[in-house]
Amino acid sequence: MEILIALIIGLLSGCGVYLLLQARTFSVVLGLTLLSYAINLFLFATGRLVIGQPPVLSAVSSPADPLPQALVLTAIVIGFAMTAFAIMLSLRAQAELGNDHVDGEQP
Amino acid sequence: MSLMLAILTPFCGAPLTFWIARRSRKWGTFTALGVCLLAALWLAPMAPAIFGGAVSIQYLSWIPAADIDLTLRFDGLGLLFAQMILGIGALVIIYAFYYLSEKDSLGRLYALLLLFMGAMLGVVLAENLIILLVFWELTSLTSFMLIAYWRHDSEARRGAQLALVITGAGGMALLAGFVLLGQMAGSFELTTILLRGDAIRAADNYPLMLLLILLGAFTKSAQFPFHFWLPRAMAAPTPVSAYLHSATMVKAGVFLLARLFPVLSGTLLWSWWVGGIGLITLLLAAVIALLKHDLKGLLAYSTISHLGLIVALFGIGTPLAAVAGVFHLINHAIFKAGLFMSVGVIDHECGTRDMRRINGLWHSMPHTAILAMVATAAMAGVPLANGFLSKEMFFAEAVSVGGQMRFGWFLPAIVTLAGIFAVAYSLRFIHDVFFNGEPVNLPKIPHEPPRFMKIPIEILVLLCLLIGIVPQYSVEPILAVAAGAVLQGPLPEHDLAIWHGVSPALFMSLIALVGGLLIYLGRQPLFALHTHLEVRLDGRKIFEALLVKILAGAAHITNFIDRSSLQQQVSLLVGATLCLGVAGMLPGPGVLTKLPALLPVDAISLIMALVLAAAALRATIGHRQRLTALIMTGAVGLIMTLIFVKFSAPDLALTQLAVEVVTLILLLLALYFLPQSSPKESSPARRWRDGLLALLAGSGMSLLAFAVMTRRSTTISDYFIANSIGGGGGHNIVNVILVDFRGFDTLGEISVLAIAALGIFALMQNLKLKGLEQDAQGRPFDPDKYPLIMATFSRLLLPLALLVSVYIFLRGHNLPGGGFIAGLVTAIALILQYLTNGVVWTKKRLPAAQTHPLIAWGLLVAMLTGLGSWLFGRPFLTSAFGHWSLPLVGEFELASAMAFDLGVYLVVVGATLLILINLGLFKSSPAVREKKTWKS
Repeated sequence: MEILIALIIGLLSGCGVYLLLQARTFSVVLGLTLLSYAINLFLFATGRLVIGQPPVLSAVSSPADPLPQALVLTAIVIGFAMTAFAIMLSLRAQAELGNDHVDGEQP
Repeated sequence: MSLMLAILTPFCGAPLTFWIARRSRKWGTFTALGVCLLAALWLAPMAPAIFGGAVSIQYLSWIPAADIDLTLRFDGLGLLFAQMILGIGALVIIYAFYYLSEKDSLGRLYALLLLFMGAMLGVVLAENLIILLVFWELTSLTSFMLIAYWRHDSEARRGAQLALVITGAGGMALLAGFVLLGQMAGSFELTTILLRGDAIRAADNYPLMLLLILLGAFTKSAQFPFHFWLPRAMAAPTPVSAYLHSATMVKAGVFLLARLFPVLSGTLLWSWWVGGIGLITLLLAAVIALLKHDLKGLLAYSTISHLGLIVALFGIGTPLAAVAGVFHLINHAIFKAGLFMSVGVIDHECGTRDMRRINGLWHSMPHTAILAMVATAAMAGVPLANGFLSKEMFFAEAVSVGGQMRFGWFLPAIVTLAGIFAVAYSLRFIHDVFFNGEPVNLPKIPHEPPRFMKIPIEILVLLCLLIGIVPQYSVEPILAVAAGAVLQGPLPEHDLAIWHGVSPALFMSLIALVGGLLIYLGRQPLFALHTHLEVRLDGRKIFEALLVKILAGAAHITNFIDRSSLQQQVSLLVGATLCLGVAGMLPGPGVLTKLPALLPVDAISLIMALVLAAAALRATIGHRQRLTALIMTGAVGLIMTLIFVKFSAPDLALTQLAVEVVTLILLLLALYFLPQSSPKESSPARRWRDGLLALLAGSGMSLLAFAVMTRRSTTISDYFIANSIGGGGGHNIVNVILVDFRGFDTLGEISVLAIAALGIFALMQNLKLKGLEQDAQGRPFDPDKYPLIMATFSRLLLPLALLVSVYIFLRGHNLPGGGFIAGLVTAIALILQYLTNGVVWTKKRLPAAQTHPLIAWGLLVAMLTGLGSWLFGRPFLTSAFGHWSLPLVGEFELASAMAFDLGVYLVVVGATLLILINLGLFKSSPAVREKKTWKS
């Protein structure tokens, strides 16, 4: 299972990086989203993979590591804010410049 | 505490003086003097004990974690410098009152001088090296402003810039040196460091540390090859030159050498570097001083030369040399401050400082002439003036140390040569200015300055003579206690008498006096040589050429990296990150060592992973069809949710699910205003490059993730798990961490969220976008904007959805849920209303959902909850909780953390709504009309 998760993390970051390198803002935003999935999953995985032991004390005996979960929880929300900011920026660029190339002008 | 107050007094007095001096110049002067006096009074009660050999350390805790505390130290050396700083400072303040014309702001000069005074006191009274450095940098900054006091003068501005760059760069080196020294000694406190001299000198890093600290000291004290900033700093008003560039600031470097003398000195490296640089500076500056036609230029180079002399004395490193160094430091401060003030008077009276035009002032201002002559005699080392005594000690040390080494004759020879030139430039100063015929068309007719302007000079000249004639009774006590503090040990036998009998030093003094006279008489060929060389060997020109080269180099690098293409830059960034990652991982142990037992893979997980992979790849490869790519990304996000469910993270699953919905809606809305597909414009080569980078990055992440997951886990979470119920009053550890243990972080995070939302709001102001008329296939959109059935059902759904969010919020402390998730659920429920019924319709009916106040209230609630714990004398954000029971509801728990969570909830709701709703407002042209009606 660890290998599977590691592969997923790698795949998501690879796809994210590829999209990040594209010339249009929308692709870059999607790339950011995929990359933040990968990073969140990576952070989460640093707490090791545990099945069926949620960190809620009344329910389980040896709970999963709660710290990465707390970190990732806020990271997800902040990631949303970042995605939103990036997409609004690209909308603004589209409105001001008339195109959605990342360099602000058609090649 | 009193030391701290002494340092703070000038800082606090500066604005007060500024304010008063703007109303009355006279009262401003009195205030400034009062500030000096008050600072001195804070120190005075401790002085007798210091003279008795005591050291007073005062301590104020500041950043204990980094071993940086506001510790201050008052010892002999500190006392000596404090006396000079406050004493000469007071004299300069009196002098400046007469020197500055009515046009110039006296208040600004006083305020800056006082700020500088405070900074300088901080340097000499610091016990902690980091504190010393902070004040050190403050002296650089204030001196920058003082040199550029005449802001309209471009020479002054450039001189100030030069001084700041040189001393600032030295300050950087000094910081690095201090950090190294602190590591070697295990502390930044001087008391500890002074005891660890042997260990520090034996350390491997000693040469590097010494070099860095010396760079700091030499740039500040204008030693070769950094000396050239000092003459340029003479563009400052003369009171500033007298104070900063003779008596105090340039002495800070020497002070540092003295302060760290017991720790750093005593090695061959120290002798060569410090002694060598000191001697070069001594000789070189003495020669140049003779050749300057500008009065202040002569004094500036003479100052550099004398600083070189003091540095050389410390470099020689014997105890007696150190005593002589401290002695000359005192003497130089006194006579040079006096000389600068005299030159200021001459400049003031003649309107020029060019010695080729100023001649024969003896007739018009004899009183000033006598004062200047005595001070000059001290500078030249003429018997009965104070400079003679320390210079003679210097000569004697040069002979005795030179006698012990090979080519030892070299040392006294250089020293004597420098002495000859010192006499020559002193002679030139006296002869050219006060005699040598008649003045050559001066702008003003010189006469004696106001009576009181001469008082500070008279005091200083009197001190010169007092020390020169009866040193045992005047300077010996302070010299002994200061030198004792420098040596940190017993004082060597030293005799401050004027007559030591016939000794080599006496002969050297005689040679210097006679030789100086001869050189002065034969100066004309030297002048010619100087005019020839000045063009080529001007330090500032070299420096400026260097600066231009550095800037050009920086521009070159920037142009190389930044080809005004984001794609290029991102690929460079990714490539650089990859290189760093590989470089960082290579030396570590291999990734695939000693595999622990892995979790087995089940069929469903495998299928889900394949679906995720397919979706991610489809989104990437088919990224040019944007809608498909977006939906695929959404699918990836949903499977992420399932991953969190599988691996025991219910909170994360809930959050991810809610965020996924919001993100998808947002991106769909945005896509409405953007082109629906990307053109095919990447060349195959670029696609290969991007693919390669992506492949490398992905493989690296995979390996890294695998390496992390298969290593033994050590976590700091045990504390959270153990204290979650007892300390935070909640069973859901993730939520307790968020709102309690790491509540401060969460506060930061919701602030970021709020700022991002406001930023987005600002981005959307006056945004004009054109939406789609038809879909990709050319079919027009459905004219029915708000389908009736959906609108009706969504209205029915709202109370239910809100109820769910309240439930999630309330249970959050003990079961998966909490403010973040509840906030997102509420936001989604409201957004559904906006989507199905239209923004205008919904806004009218939901006055409570005003986004800006929601965010503000949320932050306020969270902050106040945190501050509330202060009322009970606890640290920020300490939580309290208790159990209550209500009829019907049963027993329930209330924690102050829940109030904090409420703040989180409000911010999340407000921010999410703010981000999404406004995008819906400018959908198409009819909406503009609607918006207007809504505004009215």
